[in-house]
Amino acid sequence: MSNIFASRHQNGGDDHDPACPVSIHDMTVAYHRRPVLWDIDYAAPQGKLIGIVGPNGAGKSTLIKACMGLLPLASGSVRFYGKPYRAQRQIVGYVPQRESVDWDFPASALDVVTMGRYGRLPWCIPPRRRDKNAALAALEQVGMAEFSHRQISRLSGGQQQRVFLARALAQDALIYFMDEPFAGVDASTEAAIVTLLRALKARGRTVLIVHHDIQTVREYFDEVMLLNMRIIAAGPVEEVFTQENLQKTYGGRLTLLDKAAQAMARIGRH
Amino acid sequence: MTGWQWDIDGWIVLAGILSAVSCALLGNYLVLRRMSLMGDAISHAVLPGLAIAFLISHSRSSVPMFVGAVSAGLLTAVLSQTVHRYGKVEHGAAMGVVFSVLFALGLILIRQAADHVDLDPGCVLYGNINQIPLDAIGSALPPPILNLGIVLLVNVAFIALFYKEMKISTFDPQLATTVGIPADLMHYALMVLVSVTTVANFESVGSILVIAMLIVPGVTAHLLTDRLGAMIAVSIIVAVFSAVVGHVFAAFGPAWIGLPGSTHTSAMMAVVAGGLLLIAVLLAPRHGVISRAWHRLILSLNIIRDDVLSLLLRWQEVRPEGGRPIRQAEVLAAIGDSPLTRWSLRTLVRSGYVMLDRTGRGDDADGMKLTASGLSRATGLIRSHRLWEAYIDKHFKLPTSHLHLSAERVEHYITSEMRDEMSADLTSPQHDPHGRAIPPEQGEG
Amino acid sequence: MYSLRTARSLLALAVMLLVSVPAASPAWASGEPSRSRSITDTSLQWPSGETLARVLLFRDYNTRVVVIGTTLLGAAAGVIGTFAYLRKRALMGDALSHATLPGIAIAFILLGAKSLPLLLVGATITGVLGVFAVIGLRTIPRIREDAAIGIVLSVFFGVGMVLLGVIQQMRTGQEAGLSGFIYGKAAAMLAADAWLIGVAAIVVVAGCGLLFKEFRAVCFDPQFASSIGVRVHLVDFIMMALVVLTTVVGLQAVGLILIVALLIIPAAAARFWTDDLRMMTILSAVFGALSGYFGSTFSALLPRLPTGAVIVLCAGGVFGMSMLLAPKRGLLAASYRHWALRRNTAYQHLLRALAELEEQFGEGAEIPSARLAGARRWSPLHMRSCLAAARRRGAIERREQDVITLTPSGRAQARRMLRNHRLWELYLIRHADIAPSHVDRDADDVEHVLSEGIVRELEDELTDITGVPPSPHGSRSAS
Repeated sequence: MSNIFASRHQNGGDDHDPACPVSIHDMTVAYHRRPVLWDIDYAAPQGKLIGIVGPNGAGKSTLIKACMGLLPLASGSVRFYGKPYRAQRQIVGYVPQRESVDWDFPASALDVVTMGRYGRLPWCIPPRRRDKNAALAALEQVGMAEFSHRQISRLSGGQQQRVFLARALAQDALIYFMDEPFAGVDASTEAAIVTLLRALKARGRTVLIVHHDIQTVREYFDEVMLLNMRIIAAGPVEEVFTQENLQKTYGGRLTLLDKAAQAMARIGRH
Repeated sequence: MTGWQWDIDGWIVLAGILSAVSCALLGNYLVLRRMSLMGDAISHAVLPGLAIAFLISHSRSSVPMFVGAVSAGLLTAVLSQTVHRYGKVEHGAAMGVVFSVLFALGLILIRQAADHVDLDPGCVLYGNINQIPLDAIGSALPPPILNLGIVLLVNVAFIALFYKEMKISTFDPQLATTVGIPADLMHYALMVLVSVTTVANFESVGSILVIAMLIVPGVTAHLLTDRLGAMIAVSIIVAVFSAVVGHVFAAFGPAWIGLPGSTHTSAMMAVVAGGLLLIAVLLAPRHGVISRAWHRLILSLNIIRDDVLSLLLRWQEVRPEGGRPIRQAEVLAAIGDSPLTRWSLRTLVRSGYVMLDRTGRGDDADGMKLTASGLSRATGLIRSHRLWEAYIDKHFKLPTSHLHLSAERVEHYITSEMRDEMSADLTSPQHDPHGRAIPPEQGEG
Repeated sequence: MYSLRTARSLLALAVMLLVSVPAASPAWASGEPSRSRSITDTSLQWPSGETLARVLLFRDYNTRVVVIGTTLLGAAAGVIGTFAYLRKRALMGDALSHATLPGIAIAFILLGAKSLPLLLVGATITGVLGVFAVIGLRTIPRIREDAAIGIVLSVFFGVGMVLLGVIQQMRTGQEAGLSGFIYGKAAAMLAADAWLIGVAAIVVVAGCGLLFKEFRAVCFDPQFASSIGVRVHLVDFIMMALVVLTTVVGLQAVGLILIVALLIIPAAAARFWTDDLRMMTILSAVFGALSGYFGSTFSALLPRLPTGAVIVLCAGGVFGMSMLLAPKRGLLAASYRHWALRRNTAYQHLLRALAELEEQFGEGAEIPSARLAGARRWSPLHMRSCLAAARRRGAIERREQDVITLTPSGRAQARRMLRNHRLWELYLIRHADIAPSHVDRDADDVEHVLSEGIVRELEDELTDITGVPPSPHGSRSAS
């Protein structure tokens, strides 16, 4: 009986594990009705560095934006330690892509990092000394203390990336989402970011990182999610990061998915 | 205002048409180049050019005015580019700085000369198209009409001669440059023409309404067409319509609603053009609000119909021959009761996919059964659904319990070719991952 | 400190403006004697000492009201304009201000008489409608933001003009004031209007002060702000509401066409002077206030100058000054930096060429300037200026006309240049796999920016090198 009446209204609000830092259940995301992420089911393990890997247009950034409620879900749900994002904003930190903002904005590195604390402050209350100190400490942690008063456009690309990381650190979250933090940074920044990630892991934080460089996956991450509109495979790097799975992820063999997505977009529009 | 008089209204409408069409022609390119605001900026900023030309030359003759306006127009383009690039000011704001300062300067200069000449600041805004017939007295062709005609001819000639060059440099300036078409030159040529057109229109429709005529017909046409040529044609139709209807409304509209007199023709032209745009926004076949809402409605209707059909089929699958048919109330409970659902049930019956077993105890108690065509269609759906589950199960790591939801969303969009492809990929499977039979392909669903 | 500098530049602007306006007059003053004289007489009469004193000392009640009103308006517009500008919504204000006209006209038709507060209520309603229309049009595919602004601006204005046309024929006498909203009519400002502006200014400044944190977060990175729980839509809405408030109370003074200038220009000008948002907001308020003050004062001194236009022109002057003179982002400073960099590069090239030549001619040798010219293909003029600069810095001596010698300090510098250059070349050859024949150009560009730290790192990489290494590709002057 249950199978007969299994309809689209039965929307998997079921069992999110409250011990799981990020659990994604049956998530589908569409742009203009065209699905870009299909049926994502994932439970992130606690206290791990997790790489999200896949070709361009695989929906990696979309995935983390959708998790954080920045994009609407066509279906499904996301829970952070068993609760929805709204209730857990305090414990989720975000590092967007560097290109997403205008770096000519009149602000110093310290100003930007202090913004990481805004979520904790009520309306109309300016940041206090304690927030500034937290921001300074975060800058210190990414090795940028000496640049705290420099205008952000006069920082190098790698330094700007570190400022964004420091902003996320200032949030003092339990779970971090990072969108391509390694993109276009110099070698020393890359090393600094890796050190920082390991420090976060040592403190029991869970970090999900969109990553574009397959070469470094084994070295940087504990877990990996191979994504190409769907999850191809996910799990510990040594088990999942195989030649066969990579071929599935990067070889565009599954044209049917595309066809179905196109049909949905076309019929949806017409 | 008594009635239509050709020697008065004829001239006004002609001026309106000439000015609207000459603006709309260029406007297409401004809209496509995302430079609508440049039209705005230039039409404000030619004012000081006009005033200075007048102060220097002492006359309202056309040549110095055009020279002044063109230089002011080019100055706006160059200055806002400079402020943007060297001042690192965002593009729109850079234009805002330049045109508002130039307009202020123009206003001061005009105010100084106001006694001296009938360049009235009010006229700058809404023009005096209604004065044109007075100029016609004594001469065959009123000078403003002559000016507008010349400008229109120049614009038509430019677009006709450089149609392909403008097209490519609008679409992809870098490509244009690599194939030897100077995109920068085309850009500045367009700016010059916009300045000239603006000046010619100052007298008839005024500066703010030039903006309406530059932007609105182009945007309207863009909503309705997919080709540049068609877009230009539609924009001309919009322009002519706004001019004619705008004048009729302006001259006689107030009387229709019991007010005395008439109002500004040029302003009414802008309002009519805006009205046309609104209609296009609502009714455009592909991009319009209503058509999109309609398609969404049809889509959800179809999805509900599909859901009902496959529900009926599954009911028949688990019931042996001769079991009772499912009741409408049960269908509604499973699918979700809503006016949309009830409507789709009615259409299913009407189009012969579903038969009703009347019980006479009200609609909800009626039993529902698939007809032959309903059965064929439902089988296609079930086949799509189960093939998709099998396909996803083969290629992706997804818990078996989650396959159903995925297939539920996709089944409505799967064509028979896609079914064939999946079937081939899975080497003609007999059962889905839940162990249920996958029905064979039917003749036609 | 900043405002002092601005005040000074504004005074300069004031003088310029006073000079430039009459300068434009002779062309038409000479034309038709009888009429144009009368124009000059009325419009450009230099204010008498008495008028000057009366206006500047606020003795005149009317002037006092107008000047205070426009100054406050400028300050309020400067503050909220900063955020609108950084949110890249500055031109939205233009659509908004034009969209107020139909509201004014409708309010007038419904009431049949002029009552400023009610007219402004009408203005607010259609102004907000205009903003929503822009937002709504943007959601339609194929209509971009710029087109949406242009459409709303012109069509709403068209509706307003149609209604004004109707009003003109409906009554007589009453409607005269309405067109004042288009270009502004500051002279008609009453004390109550100035109070209204004052209250609005307090609301705007207080709002921006209280919500400074939220405004900053949303302007810089709306997505991140949303991710940490800032309600971006609400913050945007409040920001827009303050823009609407400023625009509506400013209509009478500046007019709906030019009010957008007060929102954009002071903010854009302030951006040149500072990298700090707080400072930028304050400066923008100061610039706006100064423009309002000087604009209204001028138009009080010189009759027939439209106040709104003069205010905007003053703001434009502040902007021009800022763009030219600001210490870091200004054009003059930037071109000076560019020039200094080029001069320094030329100097270093000269010294290095001399060091290379000394390797051939021997230390302390007299180097013929002809060889130097051959070394870098410099034009004679350029070389002469380079040599003169080097001599002023005490790096070279010229005992005879055609002969150059390095001084000891010059030699030390020159050898350091040469060493840096060659270290970099070697680094490129060994670590970046670049062909020896190509490294020279690369090193040419890089050597000027090698800090001591980098040189030390280079030395660590190339431990076998001591002193000045020989050229890896054969000296250029020899080839």
